Amino acid sequence: MAGEAELRLREQLSRLRSLPLLRGAKLSSELQRLQKQLDRIGGEQSDEEIWRSVELARHPDRPYTLDYVERLFEDWFELHGDRQHGDDAALVAGIGRFRGRTVVLVGNQKGRDVKERTRRNFGMAYPEGYGKAMRAMELADRHGFPVVTLVDIPGAYPGVTAEQHGQGGAIARSQALMSRLGVPAITCVIGEGGSGGAIATALADRVLMQENAIYTVISPEGCAAILWRDAGEARKAAAAFKPDAAHCLELGVIDAIVPEPGEGAHIDHDEAARLLGDALGESLDELEGQSGDDLRRHRRVRFRTIGQVPATR
Amino acid sequence: MSERIDVSIEHKHAPIEDGGRPHPNTCPKCDSHYRDDELEQHLNVCPQCGHHFPVHARERLRQLSDEDSFVEEAADLRSDDPLDFFDLRPYTERLAEAELATGLGEAMVIGRGAIEDLPCQLAVMEFGFMGGSMGRIVGEKFARACEGAAERGVPLVSVTTTGGARMQEGILSLMQLPKTVCAVEDLHDAGGALISVMAHPTTAGVLASFASLGDVLVAEPGALLSFTGPRVVQQTTREKLPEDFGLAESNYRYGHVDAIVPRPELRPTLGRLLRLFANGR
Repeated sequence: MAGEAELRLREQLSRLRSLPLLRGAKLSSELQRLQKQLDRIGGEQSDEEIWRSVELARHPDRPYTLDYVERLFEDWFELHGDRQHGDDAALVAGIGRFRGRTVVLVGNQKGRDVKERTRRNFGMAYPEGYGKAMRAMELADRHGFPVVTLVDIPGAYPGVTAEQHGQGGAIARSQALMSRLGVPAITCVIGEGGSGGAIATALADRVLMQENAIYTVISPEGCAAILWRDAGEARKAAAAFKPDAAHCLELGVIDAIVPEPGEGAHIDHDEAARLLGDALGESLDELEGQSGDDLRRHRRVRFRTIGQVPATR
Repeated sequence: MSERIDVSIEHKHAPIEDGGRPHPNTCPKCDSHYRDDELEQHLNVCPQCGHHFPVHARERLRQLSDEDSFVEEAADLRSDDPLDFFDLRPYTERLAEAELATGLGEAMVIGRGAIEDLPCQLAVMEFGFMGGSMGRIVGEKFARACEGAAERGVPLVSVTTTGGARMQEGILSLMQLPKTVCAVEDLHDAGGALISVMAHPTTAGVLASFASLGDVLVAEPGALLSFTGPRVVQQTTREKLPEDFGLAESNYRYGHVDAIVPRPELRPTLGRLLRLFANGR
């Protein structure tokens, strides 16, 4: 499996190297980064490096969904409400033009200051958020618009009302809906890919991950609290379950790593957006022209075969 | 292990064993205490107060399926350790221990069977195997159960009891959510039905995937069916939790399950549903 991931990276490297030199300055840094990723896969990542990904994924200045929308989409029209009983500000959805196509985008949204953080519930969605996501994706399916989802969620909201409104069922149905989409769907984990809250909008044809994003079955703190009986052991937990992009690529969970500028996406939102836009555009091009049936079939096979199991121990 | 030999006498108010856990045969609701055969005779339901004790996967299959009808499939599948996971103990050690304790290779048993003479596919979970957690093998077994049901043109009956995705397989466990969801969708596309029985507890990753996607959702009385458990909700939100937080009864009131079926009525209920889905065939 490591070999496969390495192949994909090498492919990416050689493709970048063969691009015209006009964009040379920026490209060379990308090349370096890919080389770095390749080295990472070659050598094991240290626990410190893994924890650094966790910190960067949660960096308060990291670009959020709407920061990317602002930089990548034209004529963005945000959709509000689940048409049942609420509008969840922790998950945004809308229609916009992205590199010559009308696209439906669904993304988790954290807040920048205290007031907005509270309003957006720290990016933790209620079932109403998944209701909105489903409505938006249904719209895309009806009209043949590709779906792009950006994942950045610590976890679905663990609250009384959220449970009463059916958090588990909403996450299950949102995945089921994505598995039925007859239009291309692309996901990029842009920060925290936290557990069920993340997978609800990540059952896509192509799953990408930013270089410093994390993708986890449970938060490192949650895992530490359960297995180590001490939430303070989050570093150990993170090192044990390897939530960083390089490992996710190696395990076949994601298809590619989207590079970030310099120290991380937080230092240059414009550059981070450009790199993300390139990756999304490339994936959309790859999927263009495929029939709905083919997309559905390949998408389901993709998830059916992730982490193939050994026959016997 | 320890050289001490402990002798205890079972009685109604059985003393709490070390570790603070009451004896598994003592009813946590009314403190009645039973012998194994008494509990088995009552389908592991307390004859005094109706509390539903946990049921092991094999026992559940005996309770639900027609005698000698169940044929297990994919019994040889075992997990490996894709992440070399080590918390306080290595994952492989926990797996071996769970297999010894339960006599099962994983937290789910699948196979073909019949309920009240109606053929069906069965997928039953075992909470005793690492908290009924879903890793790659549970996901694979469930997907195969869906495929088997579709091939044979029979409904799939799943019985869940689980804490959710298995942490020791990390992100690959999370990937079992979309995997099982896709399997249910394939089954539905093939015209098959899923009847989902949710026993205590059905939480987190399993509630947020195949268990919630049944054509009919049936819960056992008092079962905890919540994405997040009460302790974590309490800790994170400091909200006052309603007394029946996340329980089957609350889920029923809010419209998330179709019926709460006491265990003695479960087999006839499933028989009735299977007849309805067979539509005279």
